[in-house]
Parts: sequence; structure tokens; C-alpha cells
Amino acid sequence: MAEKVIFAMYDDDTVLLEGAKKLVAKGVHVNDVYSPFPIHGIDPVIGVQHTRLGIAAFLYGLTGTLLAIVGIRYFMIVDWPLNIGGKPSFSLMENLPAFIPITFEFTVFCAAHGMAITYLLRNKTLPGMPARNPDPRTTDDKFVMELHASENSKYSVEELQSMLKETGIIELEVRES
Amino acid sequence: MQKEAAIRQPLILGDKTYHDITEDICRPIESKAPKAWYVLLSIAGVVALWGVGCILYLLGTGIGVWGLNKTVGWAWDITNFVWWVGIGHAGTLISAVLLLFRQRWRMAINRSAEAMTIFAVIMAATFPGIHMGRIWVAYWVLPLPNQFGSLWVNFNSPLLWDVFAISTYFTVSLVFWYIGLIPDFATIRDRMTKPLAKKVYGILAFGWTGNAKAWNRFEIVSLVLAGLATPLVFSVHSIVSTDFATSVIPGWHTTIFPPYFVSGAVFSGFAMVLTLLLIMRKVMHLENYITNKHVEYMNIVIIVTGSIVGVAYLTELFVSWYSGVEYESYAFINRFSGPYAWAYWSMMTCNVISPQLFWFKKLRTNLTFTFVMSIIVNIGMWFERFVIIVTSLHRDYIPSSWSMFYPTFVDIGVFIGTIGIFFVFFLLFARFFPVLALNEVKSILKVSGEKYKKMDHHH
Repeated sequence: MAEKVIFAMYDDDTVLLEGAKKLVAKGVHVNDVYSPFPIHGIDPVIGVQHTRLGIAAFLYGLTGTLLAIVGIRYFMIVDWPLNIGGKPSFSLMENLPAFIPITFEFTVFCAAHGMAITYLLRNKTLPGMPARNPDPRTTDDKFVMELHASENSKYSVEELQSMLKETGIIELEVRES
Repeated sequence: MQKEAAIRQPLILGDKTYHDITEDICRPIESKAPKAWYVLLSIAGVVALWGVGCILYLLGTGIGVWGLNKTVGWAWDITNFVWWVGIGHAGTLISAVLLLFRQRWRMAINRSAEAMTIFAVIMAATFPGIHMGRIWVAYWVLPLPNQFGSLWVNFNSPLLWDVFAISTYFTVSLVFWYIGLIPDFATIRDRMTKPLAKKVYGILAFGWTGNAKAWNRFEIVSLVLAGLATPLVFSVHSIVSTDFATSVIPGWHTTIFPPYFVSGAVFSGFAMVLTLLLIMRKVMHLENYITNKHVEYMNIVIIVTGSIVGVAYLTELFVSWYSGVEYESYAFINRFSGPYAWAYWSMMTCNVISPQLFWFKKLRTNLTFTFVMSIIVNIGMWFERFVIIVTSLHRDYIPSSWSMFYPTFVDIGVFIGTIGIFFVFFLLFARFFPVLALNEVKSILKVSGEKYKKMDHHH
């Protein structure tokens, strides 16, 4: 069965935010919001969970630290210890100060790139992906709210439309998907 | 949204709307380039080609074509390397450190500053690369399993730390820059009418939709990347300074180097940002976004970092005397009174005395004066690296090995050439990329826009 999706367009982020609050208070489920810049305060209203990418970055960083220490120890102490300029490679603990810079850099390297790759994958933003925003103007100066009829079964599409009209929209469109 | 005090000067002038911002920033990309752009690109292109020619000649012949000798084994190459890396630092400082400090004035300038970082670091990396003489074996600096027995790179060496620091710094800056660009490429993609350009920007925009979840992730990723890039700024230049500080050459062997190099880097980087932005705001009519207030803030950073650099110079002199080491004392007496005294005093004039003029509000808000000063600072910072490297090397412990360094045309050509390549990159960036972070500028419009500030004032 074709799903009815309602797109309501606003020309101001504050109006959209206030509108979303009113709709949610009435038990309407707002599926998504498209905007040209982040609308602060919208996430808790429409139920967007806080991202865990920060935690992911920490774990990637930790992996980097471990890999660097294990790697450097293997190269410099286990596999081929060299006496360079009178500074022989004794043990990991004794050589650790000299290993800190590269360990640090590798930690940052893994954390930053691991997080960035995860971000792109989770967002489905990869080279050549098609544009999926409902209206090209949402990357310029318009703000669009997306409502799915199936997830708002307690209201009919007409009721949803009339409720949206009270929130200061400038355009309304119902699409079948 | 958090309101800003009414007495603060607006950061976006004119009665701008969200749509006006898009129009203003996309105009240079969508319309034909002005004649001045072609002229500048041609000049920069010719200089770049000359530089590439010199580099090819150098690689084909060997680094004997530089003016180096047994005593002065590092000269313009490493001077240029440190100078370019330093210039890169302002971009990260503006985009990362000021983001963490929630400074709104970074919004209009971060994109071009980050672009400058990327291009400056590429130019910097060229120098150690060609200094190897055999750039085709540059991959030997990576710990790769190899055919020479289990011979690994030396993890105790600051030169290897450089490899890791600079490659991490470069790639992290690139990722930070590109992640910020994605939403703005989407704006251009959605506006473009020419099919080929639309396709290209569509690929560059990675299918960005700008939904709530994506923005939520975007903000966290930006914040975490800023948090990761901030210590990188300090680590990279500290490590570069360690190339010198871990040696036992008088004039190099000092613990003050890491903080002194970092502040010097920020100092020269801000000067280069100013040089580029002052031209760009004029040519691309960005006066409403890069305001006098932005310039003034940057000039204040220049006073602070310039003063730190000044204190560092004086501390070096004091310590060389206080250490009681005759070689150390001589290295510094030789700096300010020896055959390279002209370089030392140029450095002092450009870096210590001239930025102090910015204490006068009239001067730091004067754009012409700022422009001239930004170039003076960059010249001064080049001399600083030259003075540290060449004057410390040219007279070492044994007077019989004392010598002078004179650059050859290849030294000069490669250096001038990198400036050309840098400007070619920057001009292409200014033509095809959104030079202001559209989404970030829009997000501060209601807080710092002139129109909205006036409206608040009337309430």
C-alpha cells in the first residue's frame, strides 16, 4: 500500500520549532526535519537520539594507542633492536618517552578517521549518493517537516494537514511513496 | 537561541536573509570569473611552473644544486618547510580552537583559513620530500615490511615524528575541512542549473540531505574533530621544533622551542589569513561577512602571538648569557652582530616591533595598514626560521669549518614556486568552492546579524 507522506515547508527555523512542539504535544509523530543548518533544540522535540559518534571516536582512539604501542615495541625492541646514536632500545618502559609523540599522533589519526568514516557511513553520505532531500530549497533557506500518515494513524491525513496549517507553514505537499 | 549582548558589533552586516547569504556566497561559483581572477591565476601559474621546473631540475641533478655546503647542511629548504607548516596553523586554530571556545567570529573565515592550512601543509611537505634527494623512495619513512632485513624506521627520531605529525595533521585537517564542506556542496548542487556542474557538485555533496539526525551527527563530529585537531596544532609545531631542540648545536638546543615555535606559527598563520582574506573580501564583495570587526579580532591575535614571540627572543638572549656556555653565548652574539645580523634585525623589526602598532585601535581597524602588516609579519617569520637555522649552523664549534650560505637560483626558484603553487590552489578554491561556511554563517544570522540585532534593540 502506498504510504502518504506530508511535507510542510516553513521559511523560518523558529516557526518550525514552535510548530513541531505544538504538533508533538498533540501526539503527532514528526518523522524528520530538513534544514539548511542545524536547528538547535529540535532533537528532543522530534525524538532524535543523541549520536554516539563521540564514544566511537574514543574507542577508535584507544585502538590507535594500543596498535601504536604494540607496533613500536615490536619494531624497535623485539624484532630488530638498534643502538642509534648511543641510545639503545632496552625495554618498552625505558623507551616509552621517545615513543609518545608517534603514539599520540597515531591515536588522533585513528580516532579522527575512524569517526569520520563511521559518520559518513551512518549518514549514508558517500561519493555519488543521490540527493534525498524532499525539496532543493531545504539546502538554501527553507525548512521542511516530514510526517508519515502510517505513523500518525490516530489522525487522518486531512486532520494532519489542517493542524500543520495552523503552525505557520508556507507550503504543503502530500506525496505517495 | 542564545541572545548576544546588544552592544556587540554585528558579524553579518546589511539586512541579510538566509537566502541572501546563499546568493552572496554562490555567486562567484555560478557566474563567470572576473578578469582579475584570470590575471592572478596566470601570474600564479607562471610562478608555479617555474617552481615545478626548479624542482624537476633539482630532482634530476641532485641537491648539490642548492647552495648548501658541509657546514650549512640545512638552509632555505628547512626554513621554507617550517615557515609553511607555521602558516598552516592559523587555519586549524580558527576552525578548531575557536570552535571549542564558541567564538562566532570564526564562522565567516574558517573555511578559507582551513583551505589555506591544507595548501600550506602540502607546500611544507614538499620540502622534506625533495630534501631527501630521492623523493621516489619517500615511502621508506613508513614502517613497512621491507627487503633490507628487518630494518625499521627509527621511532626515537624527531624527523620520523615529523612524518607522523604532519601526515596526521594534514589528513585530519582535510577531513575536518571536507566534512564542513559537504552541506555547502549540497546547497550548490541544489541550485546548479548546468547539468555537468550539477553532477560534479552532486558527487562532491555525497548525497547530503540535511535532516535532523544528520545535523545532530554533523555537530558532534565537528566538535570532536575540533577537539582532536587542537592538540595536533600544538604537537605538530612542537615536534617540528624538536628537530632542532634535540640536537646539540648552540642556538638550537633550547627547551623554549616548542611553545615559541607554536606561537610563531599562529602569528605567521594569522598574518597569511589576513593577506588572503583582505584580498578575497574585496574581490568577491564579502565586506558584509568579513567585517572590520573580524579583521580587528585577528589583529588582536597577532598582537598576542607577536608579543609571545618577542618575549621568546629576549628569553633566548637572556638564557644564552645566563647559561654561561661560551658556545651558546657566541651563537647569539653572532646572530645579532655577525654576518647575518641584517637578517636578525629584519626579524626583530618585523616580528617584535611592528605588531605592537596594533595596540592603536585606529591602526588595527585600518584595512590597508593591516594588509601591509600581514605581509611584513610573514617576511619577519621567514627570517626567524632562516636566522635560527642558518646562523646556528654557519659557525659551529670549530672556526676552521665556518662558512656562509648563499642561495642559488634553485633555492630561490623552489621557494617562490611554492608560493605560486599555493596561490594557484587558493584561487581555484575561491572560484569553485564556497569560500564561507554557508551553514555556519546562517546559523549565527539571528544572533549576530545586523538586522536581527536592530530588531532586538527595538523590543
